[in-house]
Amino acid sequence: MDRVSQSPLAVYQAYLDRGELAYQWSPEANRVVFFPRVICPFTSSDRLEWRVSAGLGMVYATTVTHPREGAPYNVALIDCDEGFRLMSRVEDVTPEAVHIGMRVKFRIHRPDGDEPAYPVFAPVEGA
Amino acid sequence: MDGLQRGSAAIVGVAESDLGAVAAEMSAIDLMAQGIHRALADCGLGLRDVDGLICATAQSRTSGLALAEYLGISPAFVDTTILGGSSFMFHVAHAHAALQLGLCKVAVIAYGSTQRTIGRRHASVREYNPYETPFRPFLPSTAYALAASRHMHEFGTTREQLAAVAVAARQWALLNPVAWEKKPLTIAEVLAARMVSYPFTVRDICLVTDGGGAVVMTSAERARSLKKAPAYVLGTGQAITHANISSMPDLTVTGALASGRAAYQMAGLGPGDIDVLELYDAFTINTILFLEDLGFCNKGEGGAFVEGGRIAPGGSLPVNTNGGGLSYCHPGMYGLFLLIEATRQLRGECGARQVADCEVALGHGNGGVLSSQATVILGTATTV
Repeated sequence: MDRVSQSPLAVYQAYLDRGELAYQWSPEANRVVFFPRVICPFTSSDRLEWRVSAGLGMVYATTVTHPREGAPYNVALIDCDEGFRLMSRVEDVTPEAVHIGMRVKFRIHRPDGDEPAYPVFAPVEGA
Repeated sequence: MDGLQRGSAAIVGVAESDLGAVAAEMSAIDLMAQGIHRALADCGLGLRDVDGLICATAQSRTSGLALAEYLGISPAFVDTTILGGSSFMFHVAHAHAALQLGLCKVAVIAYGSTQRTIGRRHASVREYNPYETPFRPFLPSTAYALAASRHMHEFGTTREQLAAVAVAARQWALLNPVAWEKKPLTIAEVLAARMVSYPFTVRDICLVTDGGGAVVMTSAERARSLKKAPAYVLGTGQAITHANISSMPDLTVTGALASGRAAYQMAGLGPGDIDVLELYDAFTINTILFLEDLGFCNKGEGGAFVEGGRIAPGGSLPVNTNGGGLSYCHPGMYGLFLLIEATRQLRGECGARQVADCEVALGHGNGGVLSSQATVILGTATTV
């Protein structure tokens, strides 16, 4: 058996570091897989391919979380057009303006310091 | 669950430990032991009779070891399954199986938490999830708020309807002497309270208390010789659909659909046969989701269903008669308290909040972020 040389998270993060949102594709299940794993949850096969998302999607669920200190912020679940869902936030609008069904586009967020890059979304202009 | 015999095991002893804000330096295991002591006294058994030890807490990594050492017992059967707040409903099914197979003769199921005293952050440390943590979800509230956003979007459920769940729970709590909350609550007060994660204010969210307790189970045969009327296990069912909210298949449908079906099938009963419902109300949306998924109304109609006091004292369907996690007690993993209240209702011990002619009770546990669902249907001797 081949030893895994790079964890699913490390591969995902490497794509993000290049500014790309990646997901897995299970050829045997003919389905997308997300979050990234070492085996397919539909077939139990370890044959999973990596694909890069076009970065377009729709808000599936949204909330505005109010911390005890600091400004309220958006937390959303985004359904990407390729068929996978992820947690993220929608930027460029007030957190209250984010609504279910809103068309959104991925962009990379690179935090200051040691925190790794992660995917955020912004409304699609004119959508 | 295939293989478990309907009514062959029973809950024979129940007790809460100290609740609310317990004495300084009390540990989760202290509360488990106190609950076990009281629950054994409730049924007239002693520690020497206990050969099955089942427990769960977020505050002890190997709670089975800690509790066995504390009690000075070496149990023949141990189970420390931990799947969130519904763990104790899973435990009932596991105890039922162990009793039926002869792996033990008397099982105790125990819980303890001092999260109010030591702080929720210390009691239940959040694991880092690289796919969620960067977005700062305030868990579990943010996850349940996302589910509520979907329910509101798809079915037009309103914040007032969510608030009606909290108000009903409060009305029941006012009838329960040991409930944490002591003052009436209105829908307007729920809506005007501090916002935590939209649509939830702090009044849509369960309490943060200390607490614990225990449940004693034995075979139906032995149960009949004990002090109090047994609560027979008529049906159990479990379902796990995900761990993290971003992996929940449909945020408006929970695993209660499957766990309820399994429990009803084993019991040979349906929603119309249930006299009292104890539902895991960590958030107001939970009660609505579980009323739908357990078949008390159609999907999407839960909001309208809870309006007008239908689930409050005097309403047509008694739900969360102890005051629930919203107003009675919520030490973090609330499921055990649903079993305690369901048993007491079947015994007729509930005083001002007693449901008349209570023969069948349903306790439904929820764990994680709507992740694990487990249903237990209990009945009096006439239902076996």
